[in-house]
Amino acid sequence: MTQLEHELQSVKVELVGMWSLVESQLKKTRTSMVLFDRDLAREVSMKEKRVNAFELKIDRDCENIFALYCPVAVDLRFLLAVLKINTNLERIGDIADGISKYIIEALENFDEDLFAKTEVIKMFDDAISMLADTRIAFEKDDTTLARSIFQRDEVLDDINYAAIDRISNAIAEDLTVMHDALYVLSIIRKLERVGDQTKNIAEEIIFFVEAKVLKHHQEIQRK
Amino acid sequence: MESTIVKSVNYNAYFGDNHVVKDVNIEIPRNTTIAVMGPSGCGKTTFLRGINRMHELIPGATAKGQILLNGEDVMEMHPIFVRLKIGMVFQRPNPFPNLSIYDNVIAGYKLNGIKLPKAERDNIVQHSLTRVALWNEVKDSLTKKGSFLSGGQQQRLCIARAVAMEPEVLLFDEPTSALDPISTSTVEELFHELKKNYTLIIVTHNMQQAARVSDRTAFFYMGELVEFDDTKTMFTNPKDIRTQNYITGRFS
Repeated sequence: MTQLEHELQSVKVELVGMWSLVESQLKKTRTSMVLFDRDLAREVSMKEKRVNAFELKIDRDCENIFALYCPVAVDLRFLLAVLKINTNLERIGDIADGISKYIIEALENFDEDLFAKTEVIKMFDDAISMLADTRIAFEKDDTTLARSIFQRDEVLDDINYAAIDRISNAIAEDLTVMHDALYVLSIIRKLERVGDQTKNIAEEIIFFVEAKVLKHHQEIQRK
Repeated sequence: MESTIVKSVNYNAYFGDNHVVKDVNIEIPRNTTIAVMGPSGCGKTTFLRGINRMHELIPGATAKGQILLNGEDVMEMHPIFVRLKIGMVFQRPNPFPNLSIYDNVIAGYKLNGIKLPKAERDNIVQHSLTRVALWNEVKDSLTKKGSFLSGGQQQRLCIARAVAMEPEVLLFDEPTSALDPISTSTVEELFHELKKNYTLIIVTHNMQQAARVSDRTAFFYMGELVEFDDTKTMFTNPKDIRTQNYITGRFS
């Protein structure tokens, strides 16, 4: 193995480490929402600093590899993908932190009927599963698995699209849920962004493995 | 549409029984810069020397197939005429040590017995040195020996000597491998200028140089032309695994 391959391998290990942390942050956020566990939400908020530290370290390592090894071809594509995935993961970390802050701010348990009506828990589960699958796709260079993310993101988009009507109806039925409903709507909006970030990650995996740019090509992505 | 200036058709080169260039077919468009890269012994320099019939100067060296210059087989041209049309610059700067800078530039005319009026000679010297961005540095020392110059200046003097003959193609065999980074950068800048008037074919071991200066890159391996494509494609998405292994340093 060349020195460059060693360096790329260690960046890959770091990124997978960051990925696992962000997945864990998202899972804990889901649990804290469902159980209204403010302590767990606070833990997520505290650990956000570790996500940020990962981002800075990976950025710096990529910069050094560019400067010292002038990577080309698949190595260049890999590093470019790592840089973008790094940003995407950091943003997902921010989203988990943002949702956790809602849990910390909220005065009491969310109305459980709202969870069922809005499908927010399904959205959470799908987003977590999509994020885990992109990590597996990245580790195994599996572009078939990466491609599966595009359709799964549409499910999140559909839930997000339906959210306004569902939330309006819930408020119309019972005005006392208004406060919770606005929080749940905000969470849904944030989870939709997790889907988008995960889709971007899938595009980057396909870019570095196959040298194909799928960004802004929805028709190709659906194939 | 780009016109082809140099074309090789099933070109093979040998040193005795050693088959060093194998069935190379390539079309080089006019006014482009081509980088030729590959591991040592892959046949890239032999191929380069075949283009201007330098290969045949080596005892025991033979070739088969064709090298066409503007559609004409170079083997059917007079070798001196071929080398007037296809100039060459070597790895180490090799100005004639006993000649002045001025005489170095017009050495090609003198050696070929071409006599020119002084005004025309002056004009060629100034024009050639200007083309290689050396005029301002040496215009007051034209009578000094070429060896008085720095390595980078000497290499540009050698390029001026090649340019003075008004060739159509310039061949470079690792032209900056003996130069420091500043001189290398100057010569690389020069390649961009020269491309406007000439077709450049550059053998280089320096992949970053190939990436920086060339429009297209050819990769040779074990005598074969493995891949020839736009340089951007070669360095971002090479099609052949051997090219990828070479440029990413994974060849064992």
